[in-house]
Amino acid sequence: MTRSDLRRAWAVAWKDLLTERRAKAAFNAMTFFAGLTLFTFGFAIGPDSPGGGEGRLLEQLAPGLLWIAILFAGVLAVDRSFQLEAERGGLEALRLYPGDRKAIYFGKLLANLVVMVALEVVLLPIAAVLYSLDLWPGLPALAAVVGLATLGFAAMGTFYAALTVHLRARQVLLPLLLFPMLIPVVIAAVKASTLALHGDPMHEFGSWMRLLGAADLLFLTVCARAFEFVLED
Amino acid sequence: MAQRLGIDRLGWLAGMLAIPALVFGLYLAVVWAPTDAMMGTVQRIMYVHFPSWIATAIAYLTAFVCSLSYLVRRRPTMDYLAHAGVEVGVVFNTTGLITGSIWGRPTWGVWWTWDPRLTTTALMLVVFLGYLAVRAFLEEPDARARISSLVAVVGFLNLPIVYYSVRWWRTLHQPQSSPSTVDPEIVVALRVMMIAFALIAAYLISRRYALAQLEGDRERMELQPEVQGG
Repeated sequence: MTRSDLRRAWAVAWKDLLTERRAKAAFNAMTFFAGLTLFTFGFAIGPDSPGGGEGRLLEQLAPGLLWIAILFAGVLAVDRSFQLEAERGGLEALRLYPGDRKAIYFGKLLANLVVMVALEVVLLPIAAVLYSLDLWPGLPALAAVVGLATLGFAAMGTFYAALTVHLRARQVLLPLLLFPMLIPVVIAAVKASTLALHGDPMHEFGSWMRLLGAADLLFLTVCARAFEFVLED
Repeated sequence: MAQRLGIDRLGWLAGMLAIPALVFGLYLAVVWAPTDAMMGTVQRIMYVHFPSWIATAIAYLTAFVCSLSYLVRRRPTMDYLAHAGVEVGVVFNTTGLITGSIWGRPTWGVWWTWDPRLTTTALMLVVFLGYLAVRAFLEEPDARARISSLVAVVGFLNLPIVYYSVRWWRTLHQPQSSPSTVDPEIVVALRVMMIAFALIAAYLISRRYALAQLEGDRERMELQPEVQGG
């Protein structure tokens, strides 16, 4: 990617983030939905259900529930990132952009990444409160997990959101296509988060982070390369 | 036209060979091969279960290669072949999962375990069902071919990562089961069944491809008056 490609990517990202910041409605709705999901899990599982080892079931399941909530809200985020343009014909303009299509991919990716991290920054304290988690001791490790996992999610999510932008049953097909691809990220994120929050006696955290890193690398490479085929037509 | 005849002819050949192979294989599997000492007659499901996966692998690999080829060269025949591969693959994927589940129930006591291979193959099914779902919602042939090819390629490339992550997930605290030494007669029966299933898969793919070709031709003919008349 050349310098002008980087500038193009930045332009796309900046435009998206500016739009998002001005019309906060979508971000607020998405965050509210994610928080509500966390809240609903509390009712579904029950705060009094006994866990196997120490602590209640809800506390033990907390990392998994958190990532499910992020997954669901994240689908809304990436879907939206192309819908605004699809509705108003902006996709034609994007298609006509000269230069490497990868720039558009990375620009959208960056915008989605920022939105999702903002979502997670709000969601983590909520999860900590609802599920009685102590975030402070493992915070750096947790931040690393959230960062890498969100990158993987955004990489795949941006790609599939662009792929399904014109499909009639987009709302259903996007999660249908996206979730199987994200299984490695979900597995690693939940495992690593649990280790970060509840202790890592056997030093497995590094292995999971390496898996996340490898998955991210693969996703970014394949999706960036394939993106030029997505925006045709 | 020449292309069509080539795959057609090979397909018919595979089909012709598949019948005796299957008959012979079933005889070997059900009658000739010895009963497994540990698992008993239930083990004989393996003769259908394992070859299903060979067929699945052949079909999905066809789909992957043809999807890749379509993205590069844009020849509709590659799209038809990829579609055929996915459909046949989905069928054998399902039979593999079902026979595995049936085998697992008396053997392990459960219909499902989250073991790496099982989980990965179930995920494979979901990915390629997604391929078929995407195709169902796109009427325009070029867009449909392009987008579904991308789904097939990216989905396929992700499978190794899925497998390894599930394996890590499941075996960090559990010992991996080791393969037992297998009676040579069982291996013979298994191999014949594998060949039979591979031939069946090739035959089915060629037939589905021929159908896809006909459907594609008809679609193009339907679209043409719309383009010319308008």
